[in-house]
Amino acid sequence: MNMSTTSTFPQTDGVMTPRRVAGAYLAEIRSECLRYLRNPGFMLPLMLFPAVFYLMFGVLMNHGHADAARYLLASYGVFGVMGPGLFGFGASLALERDGGLLTLKRALPMPPGAYLLGKMAMAMVVSGLVMVLMLLLGVFAAHVPLSGAQILGLLALGVFGVLPFCALGMFVGTLIKGQGAPGLLNLVYLPMAFLSGLWFPLSAMPSWLAAIAPVWPSYHLNIIAQRVVGLSDAPVLAHVWILLGVAVGLLWLASRRLRRHG
Amino acid sequence: MNTSASCVAALRGVCKRYGRVEALRGIDLDVRPGELLAALGPNGAGKSTSIALLLGLIRPDAGRVELFGMDPQRIEARRRIGVMLQSAVLPPTLRVRELLRLTASYYANPRSLADSATLAGIEDLLERPYGKLSGGQQRRVQFALALCGRPRLLFLDEPTVGMDIEARQRLWSAMRALVDEGCAVVLTTHYLEEAEALADRVSVMARGRVIHEGTVDDLRARVDVRRIRCVTALTCEQVRAWPQVSDAQLHEGRLQIATVDAEDVVRRLLSADADLAQLEVQRAGLAEAFTELTRDAEAAHAETEREVA
Repeated sequence: MNMSTTSTFPQTDGVMTPRRVAGAYLAEIRSECLRYLRNPGFMLPLMLFPAVFYLMFGVLMNHGHADAARYLLASYGVFGVMGPGLFGFGASLALERDGGLLTLKRALPMPPGAYLLGKMAMAMVVSGLVMVLMLLLGVFAAHVPLSGAQILGLLALGVFGVLPFCALGMFVGTLIKGQGAPGLLNLVYLPMAFLSGLWFPLSAMPSWLAAIAPVWPSYHLNIIAQRVVGLSDAPVLAHVWILLGVAVGLLWLASRRLRRHG
Repeated sequence: MNTSASCVAALRGVCKRYGRVEALRGIDLDVRPGELLAALGPNGAGKSTSIALLLGLIRPDAGRVELFGMDPQRIEARRRIGVMLQSAVLPPTLRVRELLRLTASYYANPRSLADSATLAGIEDLLERPYGKLSGGQQRRVQFALALCGRPRLLFLDEPTVGMDIEARQRLWSAMRALVDEGCAVVLTTHYLEEAEALADRVSVMARGRVIHEGTVDDLRARVDVRRIRCVTALTCEQVRAWPQVSDAQLHEGRLQIATVDAEDVVRRLLSADADLAQLEVQRAGLAEAFTELTRDAEAAHAETEREVA
C-alpha cells in the first residue's frame, strides 16, 4: 500500500519542468477567473452599470437619434471596460494585501508574475463579457447596425482596452489597504468616466472641462472606440501609444510600491 | 556540528528592526532535517519576524538567512517548503478541491489530491466552497495546502488556533506522520502542551533573542519547581510564609504550592496538619518552566534598562 520508504525525497525537488511551470500559470489564471465569475457581488455591478445606463440613455430616452445610440454604445462600452480593470485589480489587491493572501502567495513557490497575470487574464475575460452584453443591447435593443469588423473591433477593444485600467487599479490598490479601496476606486471611476465624455459628449460640457479631458486614459480609449464604430476617422495610433504608456508607467510604479511595502 | 549544509533552514546573527523597535537582536537558529522545532515566546518576542525572514518575506538588516543553503527568495528553495500562516483569507468562492489543485501546481512533485485530503482530514470538504466552512475547517484546509507540495520543511504559525480538541488531536497526529516521513517542521504556538506533545527541540525567544534552546526535557530541567496539591486546614497565608515556598494558592478547595524543595515542604505540611488529605506532588510542566525563563529574561532586561538610566 505504502510504496515510498520513509524519508525519501526525490532528488529533483526544487526543479520543475517548463510544462509544470506553464501549468502553474494556467492554474492561477483559471482560479482567478473562477473565483470572480462566481462572485455576484463583483460581477453584477460591473455588468449592470454600463448596461442599464445604455438602456436608459441610449435606448429609452433616445428618440430616434441613430448616431446617439451608436456614440453611446461605444462610450458606455468604454465605461464598462474600465470597471473590471479598476475593481478586479484595485479592490482585490487592496483586500488581499490586508487579508494576508498576498503574503501567503509570496511565501509559496508561486511562479513570478503569476499573481498579476491571473488577475489580468480575469479582467480581460470579464471585460470581454461586458462588451458582449453591450453589443447584444446595441444590436437587438438599440438596433445599431454594425458590420462584422466593427463587432470584432469592439470585442478586441473590450479585451485589450482593460489593460491600462488594470494598471491604474493596481496602483490604487497599492495606495490603500482593505475595505476602503472600493470607495476610493469609485471616486476615480465615476468622475473619470463623466469627465472623459463617456456619458455626455464633451461638446455638451463646459469648454475648460473638455480641455482637460485628454489627461484621462478613458478619453483616449473612447476616441479609439468611436473610430471602431465609424463615428470618426481621426488617426488613433497616438492614442494607442498613450494608453500603452499609461499601462506600463502605472504598472512600473505599482510594482515598485509592492516590492517596497508589500 | 551545525554547519549550514546539515540544516534545512538557518538564521545566523540576524538583526531586524522596524523603525525604533528592535525585533531581532542577533538571532541564531538552526532547523535540522526531519526535526520538529517549536518556537515559543511571549507576543513580540520575534517569532513571527524570524519566520517571515526564513520565508523570504522580509530582509534582515544584518546577518545571514538560509533556506536549504540558498537565499529564501529563490523559488527553488521555496519549492521545498510548505506554509501555514496565522491569518490568510483565501478566496471564499473557490472550492477546497480547486484551492488544493492550485497550490499543488506550484510544486515539482506534489502529493495526490486524495493523499493531501486524507492527511489533513478534509476528504468530506473537497466540494465545499472555502467561504462556507467553519473557522476550524478552514484551518484544516490551510494545513492541507501547506503539506500538498510534499515539502521537506513545513512552517506552521499557530496552526491549531480556533480548533476544537478533536481537530487539534488529528492535526497533531498528521504532524507526527509528516515528521516520520522525514519532513522538518517549524511550529510556533501559544499552547505549551502542543510543544510538549510534539517538539523534538524547543527554542524559547524573548525580546528578540533566543534565551533557551534544547529538548523539552532540557527546558523542564532548567526549572526545579515542583507543584504540591492537597486538601488541608492550613491557609494560603500560613504556607506562603514558609521559606521554601515560592507560591501558594487555593484552587477549588485545594491548596496549590510551588516549591523547589518539595520533600521538605511535604514533611512540614504533614506535621502541621494531621488531617491533610489527597496529597499530590508533580514536577513542573513546560508552562512553569517557560514562565520562569521568560520572567528571568524580563528581569534581566529591566536590570540593564536601569543600568543604562
